[in-house]
Amino acid sequence: MTNPVATPAVGSLIVNKSFPRITRTTLALYAGASGDHNPMHIDIDFAKKAGFPDVFAQGMLAMAMLGQALTDVVRPDRLRSLSTRFVAITQLGAKIRCEGTVAELLEVDGEKRARLALTAKDEAGDVKLSGEAVVAL
Amino acid sequence: MVDSSAIGRSFSPIHARVESGRLRYFFNTLGETNPIYRDPAAAKAAGFAGTPIPPTYLFCLEMMDTDNPFEMLEALHIDLRRVLHGEQKFVYHAPVVVGDELTLQSTVTGVTQKKGGAMTLIDVTTRIVNQRGQHVADAIRVVVVRNQEIAS
Repeated sequence: MTNPVATPAVGSLIVNKSFPRITRTTLALYAGASGDHNPMHIDIDFAKKAGFPDVFAQGMLAMAMLGQALTDVVRPDRLRSLSTRFVAITQLGAKIRCEGTVAELLEVDGEKRARLALTAKDEAGDVKLSGEAVVAL
Repeated sequence: MVDSSAIGRSFSPIHARVESGRLRYFFNTLGETNPIYRDPAAAKAAGFAGTPIPPTYLFCLEMMDTDNPFEMLEALHIDLRRVLHGEQKFVYHAPVVVGDELTLQSTVTGVTQKKGGAMTLIDVTTRIVNQRGQHVADAIRVVVVRNQEIAS
């Protein structure tokens, strides 16, 4: 398996993947697949009682997309950390695009690493997740 | 409202086995086609000691294998309707592979009031250890509690 970040340049876009539109089915399946049974994401009655107009995506669903986009290009055993802020709610119908650029090259305990700046955005370009990953080169 | 007296509270340890069948459900949901995850032979050919798991899956194991996914919320008297996931971080120390048996132990490590008490941010750190006692990862989440009134 080749590793496209072996010789990265700061500023280069190395993670870039779009995902299919998020449907109610996606949310139901993710609830089962992830063990996150919070009704906020699968029960419109519950979401309305909590003051939201409709159910919305699990933050971890969008983060799982980011993780997938990342490990398409970085071996999972080279990943040292992954973090995100859930900047805004990911609405039903969103089509998420995950991007990652090389923000910094660094060395930790003798290991060469890159810090990647990550985003997950919807079709309108609104940032839903903002985060970073540190990968070993 | 949750305050700093919650810091240090820890919750029941969770024992989780990394199972390929449950992983397949996750992969199918997310359209994951990467052979290193789906095909043990491909993972081996790529030089992995075992079949690796996706980077966010540790969070799922904690949710799936707990006897009570809402233990922390109940212990801290937090209404589920008020809760949002603010941040999530994973720090990886050693690989986790299919077949591993993990123990996940969560502790409240921070409480911060925001916007004049309108929101409380609770940091929960989960230490993850494998069947050999090896510390494989930490998962850190920030739980946002909306303290304003909502219709009951």
